[in-house]
Amino acid sequence: MSARNHWALPQFSLRFARVWRRNLLVWRKLAIPSMLGNLADPLLYMFGLGYGLGRMLEDVGGMSYIGFLAAGIICSSTMMSASFEAMYSAFSRMQMQKTWEAILNAPLTLDDVVLGEMIWAASKSFLSGSAVLIVAAVLGLVPSPLAFAVIPLIFLIGLAFAGLGLIMTALSPSYDFFMYYFTLCVTPMMLLCGVFFPLDQLPAAAQVAAQLLPLTHAVSLARPLVNGEVPATWLLHIAVLAAYALASFYVALALTRRWLLK
Amino acid sequence: MNSTAPLAATGLRKSYGEREVVCGVDFVLQPGECFGLLGPNGAGKTTTLRLCLGLTDPDSGSISVLGKPVPQQAREARMRIGVVPQFDNLDPDFTIRENLLIFGRYFDIPDVTLRARIPSLLEFAGLASRADTRIQTLSGGMKRRLTLARALINDPELVFLDEPTTGLDPQARHVIWERLRNLLKQGKTLLLTTHFMEEAERLCSRVAIMDHGKIIAEGEPRALIAQHIEPQVVEVYGEAAPDWADRFGRSHAERCEATGETIFCYTHDSAPLITDLDARGDLRYLHRRASLEDVFLKLTGRELRD
Repeated sequence: MSARNHWALPQFSLRFARVWRRNLLVWRKLAIPSMLGNLADPLLYMFGLGYGLGRMLEDVGGMSYIGFLAAGIICSSTMMSASFEAMYSAFSRMQMQKTWEAILNAPLTLDDVVLGEMIWAASKSFLSGSAVLIVAAVLGLVPSPLAFAVIPLIFLIGLAFAGLGLIMTALSPSYDFFMYYFTLCVTPMMLLCGVFFPLDQLPAAAQVAAQLLPLTHAVSLARPLVNGEVPATWLLHIAVLAAYALASFYVALALTRRWLLK
Repeated sequence: MNSTAPLAATGLRKSYGEREVVCGVDFVLQPGECFGLLGPNGAGKTTTLRLCLGLTDPDSGSISVLGKPVPQQAREARMRIGVVPQFDNLDPDFTIRENLLIFGRYFDIPDVTLRARIPSLLEFAGLASRADTRIQTLSGGMKRRLTLARALINDPELVFLDEPTTGLDPQARHVIWERLRNLLKQGKTLLLTTHFMEEAERLCSRVAIMDHGKIIAEGEPRALIAQHIEPQVVEVYGEAAPDWADRFGRSHAERCEATGETIFCYTHDSAPLITDLDARGDLRYLHRRASLEDVFLKLTGRELRD
């Protein structure tokens, strides 16, 4: 028998749901402050920029600026929430509290734990993204009921960013490391993926680069939907997000196995 | 391989890079016994436990735990194992009761069963009055007792204890020992790693001494002492002790060992040593029976292991 192949395909059991439920129970204890904290940031952006900057702009892409911005903020707040949960919180459970280690002494495998954490982070970001959508709808910024098709999309966006966050968690020696990911990946995506302004405002090379980033595809899907249109390339965008989710899960799992099951 | 043994490991080997940490380990646990795996830091004890839990794969060798091949069916084996890890990993976000409940759910035990089982576990851990306390406020001893209770949530047949009393005060340590004896009385099999020889002598029916990844001695504690060590020990302390050893001690004891200004004399007959030391009156000494610690130090040496 040789040493375990860290890149072996995952084998799941339904026990991953136990990991998800554990995190839900912890979250429930702090649900209200956690929700408010998660909502404050995106809403400040939406109202601050939407009304402040929006006054100076006629319309953007055929809609009011705040209407334009709402879809972008739904996606970016989903990205933020999933990234924070999959990095800072998961890192605490993995490295600081040794929660994963305890779970691995029970009949769960690391495959279950990483899957449970990824779905948990996506679930939490789903709440954040949906809350922004609901606020936007209440304010009349969502003209079409088609906007509610964005709801399952939010979960998919959450999965993609949760997986990327878990890769960082598997690589990170300390919390400080996550700052690099935010500075080098999250912030550029916020600015280059069409959250605040249409992609076609960017230089051509940057536009091409942006097509490789998951947030671009999230925004390209969410914005037309929120405004009542199904984009022609919807399948491509979903495929890119799903590919990010699957590939990042696989890489995160292999890297975490290397770390914890050596 | 012995199919009725709760645990049988044969020819285990495990390397990390160039360094082989487990180099051909064999041992078999008997049902209902406490088996001690002793060794200095870095001897390979914890790695051996991780191999037996299926948390890491051996480079070669085979393991059977409760009739299941590990790591192939480690998940099934872990259903019936309890683990007390070396470092507490209780869930800081939960109360004492929630810690037991949440952990029990990992074993797919229904909540009804868990809620019925938890009061007796809290009683066992002496934590019944604090069931709804968050765990940050607990002392080290309480945390260890809770960790032990948590390891019993699935009513395991086999319990792994990795240095269960490290860092505890004597009171807390004695409570843990009492609880472990209690488990043995219930017929559970215990696999204990420790570097407290006193703990092993009190609890274990058999011990294996491990060093540099190998088991270098195995047997009942008293038998190991009889086999490896003279039955009496005189420890002599003081500046003049090395000098006394050269002039008198070494010629009147079977064996003398020195660490700094302390001389350990191993002998079958301590009378001449005691008579001489009493007559001199300037050297402090301690006369005692040989212990497992003496065997351990003889076999693994006195130099530091960090």
